[in-house]
Amino acid sequence: MSLLTFQGGIHPPESKELAENASIREAKIPPRVIIQLSQHIGAPCKSLVEIGQDVKIGEQIGNPEGFVSAPVHSSVSGKVSAIGTFPAPNGKMIPSVVIENNGADEEVSLEEDADYFSKSPEELKERIKKAGIVGMGGAAFPTHVKLSPPKEKPVDAVIINGAECEPYLTSDHRVMVEHPEEVIAGLKILMKVLGVNKGYVGVESNKPNAIEKMERAASGENNIQVLTLQVKYPQGAEKMLIKAIMDREVPAGGLPMDIGVVVQNVGTAYAIYEACRFKKPVIDRVVSITGRGITTPSNLRVRIGTSLGLLIEECGGFKGDAVKIISGGPMMGFAVYSLDVPVTKGTSGIVVMNGDEAVHTEKFGPCIRCGRCIDACPMGLMPTMLSLYSEREIFEDCKEYNLFDCFECGSCTYVCPAKRPIVQQIRLAKSQVKP
Amino acid sequence: MAMTKREQDLLISVSPHIRTDETIGRIMWTVSLSLLPAFMMGVYFFGPRAVYITALCIAASMFSEWMVQKMTNKDIALRDGSAFLTGLLLGMNMPATAPFYIPLVSSFMAVAITKQLFGGLGFNIFNPALLGRAFALITWPRAMTTWMEPSAALTGIDVKTTATPLGVLKEEGMEKLLAEFGDKMNLYSELLIGHRAGSLGETSVIALLIGGLFLIYKRYISWHIPLSYLVTVGVLAWIFGGKEGLFTGDPIVHLLSGGLILGAFFMATDYVTCPSIRKGQIVFGIGCGFLTILIRLKAGYPEGVMFAVLLMNCFSPLIDRSMKSKVFGAKKEVKA
Repeated sequence: MSLLTFQGGIHPPESKELAENASIREAKIPPRVIIQLSQHIGAPCKSLVEIGQDVKIGEQIGNPEGFVSAPVHSSVSGKVSAIGTFPAPNGKMIPSVVIENNGADEEVSLEEDADYFSKSPEELKERIKKAGIVGMGGAAFPTHVKLSPPKEKPVDAVIINGAECEPYLTSDHRVMVEHPEEVIAGLKILMKVLGVNKGYVGVESNKPNAIEKMERAASGENNIQVLTLQVKYPQGAEKMLIKAIMDREVPAGGLPMDIGVVVQNVGTAYAIYEACRFKKPVIDRVVSITGRGITTPSNLRVRIGTSLGLLIEECGGFKGDAVKIISGGPMMGFAVYSLDVPVTKGTSGIVVMNGDEAVHTEKFGPCIRCGRCIDACPMGLMPTMLSLYSEREIFEDCKEYNLFDCFECGSCTYVCPAKRPIVQQIRLAKSQVKP
Repeated sequence: MAMTKREQDLLISVSPHIRTDETIGRIMWTVSLSLLPAFMMGVYFFGPRAVYITALCIAASMFSEWMVQKMTNKDIALRDGSAFLTGLLLGMNMPATAPFYIPLVSSFMAVAITKQLFGGLGFNIFNPALLGRAFALITWPRAMTTWMEPSAALTGIDVKTTATPLGVLKEEGMEKLLAEFGDKMNLYSELLIGHRAGSLGETSVIALLIGGLFLIYKRYISWHIPLSYLVTVGVLAWIFGGKEGLFTGDPIVHLLSGGLILGAFFMATDYVTCPSIRKGQIVFGIGCGFLTILIRLKAGYPEGVMFAVLLMNCFSPLIDRSMKSKVFGAKKEVKA
């Protein structure tokens, strides 16, 4: 049987074996956390606390400014020690609140609502919004915005993204294996909020135990289907996932809701369930700490704001020469320059690479027009031409080759035998011309 | 190791953080390797002169590359194998009888003029090896069409010269060709093995197919150009190739002779000079096939692969530009 997929894409070494069988462990609660006031796409939060103030676990410390935004909460109990800008995983300096843990573990009282599913869609959406849930696959787009499609764009299906196509990362995999009922419950909430009766879970075929668990958890649901996808990067990109599962193409420059679909990541669905039932805000998440430069690759449930350095230490420290630390996956993640960088809501993994696999190419060759990048591009673009035009600073002409349809998955750059920095050249061109 | 990592030692770069281990060098050397069976058959049929001619081409090509890169202060890129491959292909496209200066001059034409003067690897419009050969054919028409009888070098003392099957077919017709080879089956099998006059690396269809299919299997080339090229030649040869009117031609003779197999799998598929869009490659292949048959049947030369591919090389940028790839989610254009 040919598995569901899309045109193009690449097959990098999966490297999932390092951590895919490591059960989720609770990470040590850190002595201090750095909570970024902007952990999402959209407007940053305004701090609600002052230096010296005591906060509890789950207490809201940042208030969203604008609709496309999400509140942030304290992940420990303790005293606010600093408010200022600190390095974020993407290298930028982001306004953040630093909290010293007092070890008391005082929580704001959260009452469980076992009957959550009988609540109205509006009420459920409000709980999701208040919990500060954003896309936890990495993009960190505020979830309640996705759940508020305008009237002229009716949504008829929800897809849970369990593709986890980035090499190395295993956090979604472990969540599906260990918490399948919770993920399905999250999907049902999403379907209820959006008023749709078609739900899908898409999982790449390299996670057979996750597929089995998800199928079992969904067995009582007639309108939820668990589908097996071909292993191929970037299968987990929204557009590719929708194409594979529903054979619908998001129009160029459009959004999934334009074709009636909302996609949410596995971790997001899990958080949605916890938010609706336990009213739990996003104060922790599952993170893969993996790679050949880590002594014990693991999947940890980590408090938001924990520094990468602490997590690496908890996984036995570095192994080998460990030259590169990536927040996110190796295809689209960010190389960090500081071990103090905190985990945010969008941090799905930390990958530590050794010198022999961390490619560092200063020199690149001429394009020999082999066409590998054209075959690899999931968007059907011609990275050859974009790269050549950008290299010669003829940025305007890049638009003729659909510059702005590129979502920077990096497949072209992965396959290029001349080692050309194609996606970097595309980013440069994007910054030089208007869409 | 514990937390001894110093932050200033961390490597910072933008994504993607992993790359394929494929390189230009590996591609060029693999293609060269895939030509080895056909080259060995050339040595078997045409003897030490085949090695001599090819070695001259390779040496002169690599020297030309080195010289231009030295003169223009570029990095010396002999290791990427592209000059070696050009030399090897050029050698395989030479008659084994060629005097020594032809390989030397045409290698210079191929690498220094056709490739380096246009900007080096990736920027040449024409296939360097083919342009080098075209130059030689026009400059030394007699020497470049003096064909040695296969195996003569191994068996006899005198080197006998003869015409190529396509030459016989053009000048004297199918009957004469059959008379030379006995019967049709014998003709086909001799052509398959490569026991015929011709350029020293083009004759053995079997050996070339082994190399070509290996490249397709390894995904170094795709089937689009070879298949569309061969199908076009076969169909047109069948329709127009016969003396008794339409649909009486012998497509098999046309497919197995001349430089067609070498051209279709190894020359027309040159990344730099063919279109990079799959659809465009099919157009390119059909164009090559059409021009090849046009030259073979109606022009002054018995063989047309070289000029056909060179002419189509001019159209590659145009084909890529006008066809483009299908963009995901693009609206279907409404024609006014």
